[in-house]
Amino acid sequence: MSAAPAYSEDKGGSAGPGEPEYGHDPASGGIFSSDYKRHDDLKEMLDTNKDSLKLEAMKRIVAMIARGKNASDLFPAVVKNVACKNIEDPNQLIRASALRVLSSIRVPIIVPIMMLAIKEAASDMSPYVRKTAAHAIPKLYSLDSDQKDQLIEVIEKLLADKTTLVAGSVVMAFEEVCPERIDLIHKNYRKLCNLLIDVEEWGQVVIISMLTRYARTQFLSPTQNESLLEENAEKAFYGSEEDEAKGAGSEETAAAAPARKPYIMDPDHRLLLRNTKPLLQSRSAAVVMAVAQLYFHLAPKAEVGVIAKALVRLLRSHSEVQYVVLQNVATMSIKRRGMFEPYLKSFYIRSTDPTQIKILKLEVLTNLANETNIPTVLREFQTYIRSMDKDFVAATIQAIGRCATNIGRVRDTCLNGLVQLLSNRDELVVAESVVVIKKLLQMQPAQHGEIIKHLAKLTDNIQVPMARASILWLIGEYCEHVPRIAPDVLRKMAKSFTAEEDIVKLQVINLAAKLYLTNSKQTKLLTQYVLSLAKYDQNYDIRDRARFTRQLIVPSEQGGALSRHAKKLFLAPKPAPVLESSFKDRDHFQLGSLSHLLNAKATGYQELPDWPEEAPDPSVRNVEVPEWTKCSNREKRKEKEKPFYSDSEGESGPTESADSDPESESESDSKSSSESGSGESSSESDNEDQDEDEEKGRGSESEQSEEDGKRKTKKKVPEGKGEASSSDEDSDSSSSTSESEMTSESEEEQLEPASWRRKTPPSSKRAPATKEISLLDLEDFTPPSVQPVSPPAIVSTSLAADLEGLTLTDSTLVPSLLSPVSRVGRQELLHRVAGEGLVVDYTFSRQPFSGDPHMVSVHIHFSNSSDTPIKGLHVGTPKLPAGISIQEFPEIESLAPGESATAVMGINFCDSTQAANFQLCTQTRQFYVSIQPPVGELMAPVFMSENEFKKEQGKLMGMNEITEKLMLPDTCRSDHVVVQKVTATANLGRVPCGTSDEYRFAGRTLTSGSLVLLTLDARQAGAAQLTVNSEKMVIGTMLVKDVIQALTQ
Amino acid sequence: MIHSLFLINCSGDIFLEKHWKSVVSQSVCDYFFEAQEKAADVENVPPVISTPHHYLISIYRDKLFFVSVIQTEVPPLFVIEFLHRVADTFQDYFGECSEAAIKDNVVIVYELLEEMLDNGFPLATESNILKELIKPPTILRSVVNSITGSSNVGDTLPTGQLSNIPWRRAGVKYTNNEAYFDVVEEIDAIIDKSGSTVFAEIQGVIDACIKLSGMPDLSLSFMNPRLLDDVSFHPCIRFKRWESERILSFIPPDGNFRLISYRVSSQNLVAIPVYVKHSISFKENSSCGRFDITIGPKQNMGKTIEGITVTVHMPKVVLNMNLTTTQGSYTFDPVTKVLTWDVGKITPQKLPSLKGLVNLQSGAPKPEENPSLNIQFKIQQLAISGLKVNRLDMYGEKYKPFKGVKYVTKAGKFQVRT
Repeated sequence: MSAAPAYSEDKGGSAGPGEPEYGHDPASGGIFSSDYKRHDDLKEMLDTNKDSLKLEAMKRIVAMIARGKNASDLFPAVVKNVACKNIEDPNQLIRASALRVLSSIRVPIIVPIMMLAIKEAASDMSPYVRKTAAHAIPKLYSLDSDQKDQLIEVIEKLLADKTTLVAGSVVMAFEEVCPERIDLIHKNYRKLCNLLIDVEEWGQVVIISMLTRYARTQFLSPTQNESLLEENAEKAFYGSEEDEAKGAGSEETAAAAPARKPYIMDPDHRLLLRNTKPLLQSRSAAVVMAVAQLYFHLAPKAEVGVIAKALVRLLRSHSEVQYVVLQNVATMSIKRRGMFEPYLKSFYIRSTDPTQIKILKLEVLTNLANETNIPTVLREFQTYIRSMDKDFVAATIQAIGRCATNIGRVRDTCLNGLVQLLSNRDELVVAESVVVIKKLLQMQPAQHGEIIKHLAKLTDNIQVPMARASILWLIGEYCEHVPRIAPDVLRKMAKSFTAEEDIVKLQVINLAAKLYLTNSKQTKLLTQYVLSLAKYDQNYDIRDRARFTRQLIVPSEQGGALSRHAKKLFLAPKPAPVLESSFKDRDHFQLGSLSHLLNAKATGYQELPDWPEEAPDPSVRNVEVPEWTKCSNREKRKEKEKPFYSDSEGESGPTESADSDPESESESDSKSSSESGSGESSSESDNEDQDEDEEKGRGSESEQSEEDGKRKTKKKVPEGKGEASSSDEDSDSSSSTSESEMTSESEEEQLEPASWRRKTPPSSKRAPATKEISLLDLEDFTPPSVQPVSPPAIVSTSLAADLEGLTLTDSTLVPSLLSPVSRVGRQELLHRVAGEGLVVDYTFSRQPFSGDPHMVSVHIHFSNSSDTPIKGLHVGTPKLPAGISIQEFPEIESLAPGESATAVMGINFCDSTQAANFQLCTQTRQFYVSIQPPVGELMAPVFMSENEFKKEQGKLMGMNEITEKLMLPDTCRSDHVVVQKVTATANLGRVPCGTSDEYRFAGRTLTSGSLVLLTLDARQAGAAQLTVNSEKMVIGTMLVKDVIQALTQ
Repeated sequence: MIHSLFLINCSGDIFLEKHWKSVVSQSVCDYFFEAQEKAADVENVPPVISTPHHYLISIYRDKLFFVSVIQTEVPPLFVIEFLHRVADTFQDYFGECSEAAIKDNVVIVYELLEEMLDNGFPLATESNILKELIKPPTILRSVVNSITGSSNVGDTLPTGQLSNIPWRRAGVKYTNNEAYFDVVEEIDAIIDKSGSTVFAEIQGVIDACIKLSGMPDLSLSFMNPRLLDDVSFHPCIRFKRWESERILSFIPPDGNFRLISYRVSSQNLVAIPVYVKHSISFKENSSCGRFDITIGPKQNMGKTIEGITVTVHMPKVVLNMNLTTTQGSYTFDPVTKVLTWDVGKITPQKLPSLKGLVNLQSGAPKPEENPSLNIQFKIQQLAISGLKVNRLDMYGEKYKPFKGVKYVTKAGKFQVRT
């Protein structure tokens, strides 16, 4: 309590009239001034160290209050005595509560006490008390902003705190008191990033939004060199293959690689992105949104995609949450449309949604519409137009208009649709359509004379002023296209001029002027009539317009200079309006903020700074690690490394969205940069001590990454060999290269599976080789068994599993499994009579289709039984259900009479048994044909062991399991027959099985790669049970039916 | 951050206000009332309203508006999330979050609000901690309190806030140690006119009721964790274990809580357990229409579908409906135009149907759109996605707990367009 005297001095200044000279006269009373005296006396008593005097003073104060006297200016002195006592209580919870009570008293007089208490609490032993201190800071600041400097000192001290309890609260205080002092964060940046996941939800939100701003000032933009980066990545990819072939040349490129990379992400930047990512799975919508905005503002383009899933999840939440999230999604979807495209259907509108949600969803749907999905979007819009909610219908019509302007292909369709709406009963709908049509017509007026005429007719019926005005404007603007109708419309409008709304009147004047200029013979009188009416209108805008127009168009004696140009003025070609989203430029506000939502700067909004041109010195974030913590720190780090690697592995695995491979690319970037970064800074710093710390701090990371890399290579080499069998040089060189190269190679390998499965350009390099082989296969001989290429679309998290998948796919060394050549006979595609001599059959060859592993390869046999050659056989415009695609066969130029030919085409049935309909064209005729696959042809066999089979089966229980009982006929009880029948029905591979009367088969569907497991359990006397386990229940059910039919016949 | 909170009931009375900083006059709510009037429908009141000096952020829960007053920039979701947390806490404490319940427990409400927010920044929001600070009301306690004049505030301060696991209180003791998990899956679907599925997905949650003594460390594993596409976790779950092993490892809070919510990966086909045959037509120029719907089971995996309710928002021009039903009962509210048909269980032998005539306002044009049908149902003992809990292990404590898992499938936002 050493500060007490200082305090009372302070007090004296602010207490006003009460001066210290008023003596010690406790007896006098009655008048006001003596009250002051008495208080002063009491104050002194309270300030003494003697408890007895204090007690006496308190007693008197209580007595005063009891008599109804004002004792309020004694308040601070009392508070000090009561609260301060508790602030020194041995129980931390009481200390904290006391501080909370004290800081909640909003009386300026107690500012000094509060300041003292906060300072003391900030260095308290208990983190809970320190947290309360952090909470008290903004309270004091709002009470007296002069204390800022002192408070910043406290904040600085608390920022250095290492407990999660304090972190959130102190950052909140920082944001309220001194958000501009970004320099305070430097030293604590890494610590905050690492603590983040354990901070309570509310603190996480505050910290994340602060770190977003921080990162914007300290790191370089990851997007600035994006295009360059991608190019380089590809180059490196190819380069490495060549290098490996050359062997010795690799050293050169390895050295050159860093020089070519223009952008290296700061490891601290990466740290932030990595540590916030798990928070996307928080239960709190606010945290998810905070991370989403952080990724949107800070992450490289390729990584932003991860937030879409989490944001879509929030759409299941309360409607208020939906509202805010949709606003943000709307802004994001303009910039990064691709991100939300896979979730298009999640934005479909239900009739029970509130209107404001409907309109936002509509906005998002419109933003997401593109060439490919526009048919589905428009179909969806069609249902919305008939909604009972008329505001929503109007918004839908506008959305259709926007789709039409953005996507040229559907413009006419949309326009026709909108014209149909003109006959709608609801006037609002009609009016809205007119307005939108007007905008659309402006883009290409010449072709739409008809529609303009149609609109002209509507003037009799439509009463909505905006729509009437739009029609009049259109007619005026394009009066050359409707030369007959325009004057008539003007005539009608002149008649009703006085009864019109103001905007309509203005357009009538406009129309009159334009007609007068183009067709003055017919309309001169009418125009003059309209102008005279307007001259005496009540509205001065209209009077002005009339006067102005008259001067311009009607030639008069004086000043004809302008009127000569009247035509140019009125009928100047006008640019078509751009229908834009209202969310277009919202992203200059930080997403997720109040300002973004309101599209206006809210009080206290901190502008999101632009990326700096040059990165500020990253070494400011280096922290000196005190000697005694080193050990534990290191251990901790090791712990932390773990998730890092599992993370990066996960990223490169096929689970991620399509963007993930550049992501893992940059992941490796960051690794290399962390190595180089630590190297640089250590050479810079003179201080040996710090140097060492750095090695410990940063170096350990890179060391470990190297170690880990090595481990990986070792693990990978044997596997890699299997993979490499397609290109022999590959494995040769890898064994001869030095260790360091192997590390780098391993990284590339790690990238490889992801990139080549997804990107066509890299894979195209290998594709020709396989293609050639398979083409040979088809023509001359059928190979004993070919492992169909089926990419494992099933989620596989571990890299090892991933690589396994790769070896399987790639190797020509096929595990010896039973993959029967299709025994399904030829099926007729085109009968001789229908085909006028052309006979077409097809078979499912059960060989992998060379172009696309998802396709079922179909052999088509043509034979010409007519007596004239058939020329130019090819596939004409297929009409396919959604998802199904066809790879056409190369055109057969000529088929002589009696000759036959075989062609191969690929069909991606999209795991459904829908028929693929297409046209078979010859030079002269077109035949409509369709191929419908038996369900058994939609899959390809996979090899698995009994154990694997059982494991997978275990995962596909419940609904995914279909069981049926059957009786096997006598003819079909032997092993051989059963296996043959099953494999003939379905393209499955047999799984070895321990028991004799059980048969197991496994396969994957071609398109989605979901497992199909079939078990046949034969019992005595022909009774059997058939079980199919598959994620695709429809396929499962159909398969059961087919197999039973095959077995029991 | 959050400056003040007003609770407003449906008739527009401010029945409770709480200020964390200086007092903001009630008149600020006028802006809210204005917006409410403009919106016509309670659901359409914009959650964020800007006024000259303040921003109002509101939520609508259980026929109450929670309107908070903000003065400076703050992420709106932060406030919305907090307000919902407040409503959840009321629900938790009083069993319902209604005007009556809040008025009955006004003291506790103020105590809670004071603890949950300090100077506008959230302080203690975990129900475990709050319940230690402020005891939930029971009849016995309220009787004792009214006699002795003591309050509900706990005598001892909770230790939870200080520990590393702020969601669990220390020293929990039960004689019967139990852990129950409810796997609840909801099917969200839009079915179009022709009966084909426009959009369908499965959303699920696992709600837990844990009554275990001490500090148990649980790990829950699934037979088929790959089904879970997108998961959000209670803060107690160790994220790294899930990332690496797909196991939910956690020290649970005491009592009821939501462990995870998840979405089943979208490439899976969703089995739609019911189908609806419908023919709704309104005749042009006549004041009646026909209404006929039949509901039937489809892919129900051998389980009975129960608790079926069909809700239809009829067009405004509908005056009344004369229907007959083969099963269950129906009500039509001529004011809100909502038709509710409570069907109950479906038996495949006899499909329930509802048919009859619709009386329209004479003279009015026939409605253009047929109303959509919103369907609710429930299937016990089944998780429609096929998700299965494999095992639950407990570490850290010696006793053997009683464990149980229950599966339920429900209709979520299940809508049939007609």
